[in-house]
Amino acid sequence: MMNTRHWMALAIVAVLVAAMVVACSRGDSENRLVVTGSSTVAPLVSVIAKRYEAKHPGVRIDVQMGGSSRGLADARRGLADIGMMSRGLKAGENDVEAVAIARDGICLIVHKDNPVEGLTDEQLVAIYKGEIANWKDVGGADAPITVVNKAEGRSTLELFVAHFDLENPQIKAHVVVGDNEQGIQTVAGNPNSIGYVSIGTAEYDATHGVAIKLLAVGGVTPSVENVKLGKFPLSRPLNLVTAGETTPLADDFIAFARSQAVHDLVEKQYFVPIAP
Amino acid sequence: MAERAQPWGDHVAAVFIWTAAAVVTSVFVWMLADIVWNGAGQISWEFLTAPTDDAGRAGGIGPILVSTAMILGVCMAVSVPLGVGTAVLLSEFTGTNVTFGRLVRRSLDVLAGVPSIVFGLFGNAFFCHVLGLGFSILAGGLTLACMVLPILIRSTEAGLRAVPNEYRMGAAALGISRTSALWHVLLPAAAPGIVVGLVLGVGRAIAETAALLFTSGYVDRMPGSLFDSGRSLSIHIYDLSMNVAGGSANAYASALVLVALLVPINAGISWVADRWLHRRLVR
Amino acid sequence: MSPSHRDRALGWVLRATAALVAAIVVLIVAFLVVESAGVLRKLGPLRFLTDPSWHPTSGSFDLTAMLLGSLLVTVGAVVLATPAGVASALFCRYYAPAPLAKLYGRMIEVLAGIPSVIYGMWGLMVLVPLIGKWQPPGPSLLAAVLILTLMILPTIALFSDAALAKVPDRYVRGAAALGLTRWATLRGVVLPAARSGLFTGVLLGMGRAIGETMAVLMVCGNVVQTPGSLFDPIRPLTANIALEMGYALGDHRSALFVSGLVLMGMVVVLVGTAELVSRGRLHG
Repeated sequence: MMNTRHWMALAIVAVLVAAMVVACSRGDSENRLVVTGSSTVAPLVSVIAKRYEAKHPGVRIDVQMGGSSRGLADARRGLADIGMMSRGLKAGENDVEAVAIARDGICLIVHKDNPVEGLTDEQLVAIYKGEIANWKDVGGADAPITVVNKAEGRSTLELFVAHFDLENPQIKAHVVVGDNEQGIQTVAGNPNSIGYVSIGTAEYDATHGVAIKLLAVGGVTPSVENVKLGKFPLSRPLNLVTAGETTPLADDFIAFARSQAVHDLVEKQYFVPIAP
Repeated sequence: MAERAQPWGDHVAAVFIWTAAAVVTSVFVWMLADIVWNGAGQISWEFLTAPTDDAGRAGGIGPILVSTAMILGVCMAVSVPLGVGTAVLLSEFTGTNVTFGRLVRRSLDVLAGVPSIVFGLFGNAFFCHVLGLGFSILAGGLTLACMVLPILIRSTEAGLRAVPNEYRMGAAALGISRTSALWHVLLPAAAPGIVVGLVLGVGRAIAETAALLFTSGYVDRMPGSLFDSGRSLSIHIYDLSMNVAGGSANAYASALVLVALLVPINAGISWVADRWLHRRLVR
Repeated sequence: MSPSHRDRALGWVLRATAALVAAIVVLIVAFLVVESAGVLRKLGPLRFLTDPSWHPTSGSFDLTAMLLGSLLVTVGAVVLATPAGVASALFCRYYAPAPLAKLYGRMIEVLAGIPSVIYGMWGLMVLVPLIGKWQPPGPSLLAAVLILTLMILPTIALFSDAALAKVPDRYVRGAAALGLTRWATLRGVVLPAARSGLFTGVLLGMGRAIGETMAVLMVCGNVVQTPGSLFDPIRPLTANIALEMGYALGDHRSALFVSGLVLMGMVVVLVGTAELVSRGRLHG
């Protein structure tokens, strides 16, 4: 009968103590890396992490996506050991250190069955501003265009609007998406839509049977080759960022992610490896 | 005049009501059939146990099921003692302080109505940031615990209220302390209520997505401990259907697993509630 | 330790437990307030209603389009689900033969327990493409309203059923004795007698609709705009939080907590009203 009281009190105390202990003990483990950020970089880092883990038993690397801004913020606040960013650092961001592990481009995608093969910059801008609202005006079928835009704060969006000299508020979107994959999923599910995503993700999905097609931008075919040659206008570095002191494990992992040993993985994800 | 109008009104009403029932039933059947039709093909032992692969397009849901179970475990381990304790206080001890009891009850009413995404915001701010749990199974489970408390308390209280007063008087007449009366007489007698609450709570927790998005996170790997991020089954379904092109087959299969877990829970509750509580009451 | 000591100790432990439970609500509100305080103090609450648009990274924080989105979706779902839900309850109690009524009741209970993400998935895979074929683009206010209708229908049906069950049998028998037809009895006697219970159910369904996130997020298209028609995409407050919380920082994150606070406020008002109605202090 004494148990009743003890049992209940214990349960409550245990919960509180557990919470506190956890609060203090996190980050102690030396064999754990948390990597967060860009949904463009995440699939690549995931496969690199898998290979790294296979080589170093006992190490655990958790990769979570959420966009470049989150990668930067998590690295700054210490919530992640490494942040992933699908853009270069801006002026006010030199408090963190960025290491490029690959290059990528941004391309426009439409549904596989769409007859349109390419658009001029002017056409594209007009479509995104809502001035062209039907595919027949750009050589396609007579169907209303569904414009897919990225959510506010995504670096793919920032790059896209900067390149085409647009302001985000000018864009008349019909669907707003977050991750690259969400954009591809949306376009693959709607024959009359147009969206823009990472070339790496788009090419990976297109070759794996997803019903999308990559459009030429300004006459240049979006391909890893053209990004590599520097021909493709919309390209960007994929960075790993760290803030302040880094653990030896984090340093070693970043070095590994840049090394020759993972170039095959980079290419398999349709990105361009950084020359060592 | 009215008498002539009534049969006409009766007909319209009957047609409307039967139609409404038919429409609801057919949509329900449509939805369920869609899930079973598209999901059943993928289900196998392999699918239930294998790790996810290729962002969920390939592989199974082994780690997802483990994460879901761990989140549920944390949720229940925390909410059951708190919930039963509060219910006991509300139904057995409030005589001492009515205002306090009313206050607790009010706050539970509000808690029951809080949208799950707000629980997510709170969990993210409190458990993940302030307590420093980060995206973890623990943070997700604790957030869910806050969410299921009202359900748990309500049905435990109902269970306790269903215990005849003679039990309490009998115990008092025998000179048993309230503590032991509670432990040996009341709680066992109220067990059905607690069980119903527990099952309802599990049902609610297992169905939850929004509160977990920013607390337990997205990681689809086998969790090593409670401090790892783990993806629940519901988040897996969301991610596969919304974010992964080519993920719909496995989304359907995962949805079928979730429905298969939930339907018996929901169907069982009313049965338990009917039978057990009733028998206790009349005995 | 003597029994009375033990009893007293137990009383205190239980009180502590209950206090902890009661504190959760306070804690939730406190966190919402603290987290949103930054941007509220900096910009003032009015900016959330008067800014030209929702572009939080460029310092524009207008919530009205999303408030309107939440409101339209909720009102639409309640308008559709209320007649269907009440009809479901009437069907069970007064129209269907006993075995069918029992089966139908069980089905509604199962429907009530189906997770929102599954409604959302079904909406995304089946409903949205259907609407898209008819009136592109597909993800739309209409899709969100329909999915939400399905989701809150069981809530309204179950509460209506409970309310109908409380109507004393003698009312029905009395009406029958007066020679009233079934519908006349229901309309003139039963429904008015069950009024406050029905109203409570509708209010709770409304609370569920306003707070629902996943199902709506998956089918509404998530464009921040004032919809011009049923087929335009929208973004309600809840979807906005789910969509942007993952990477929001600083003022943007703060602004999301502001919308959380707004949601919480709306739900408290609804729950409070429901409470008053069910206790008979207000008549619906």
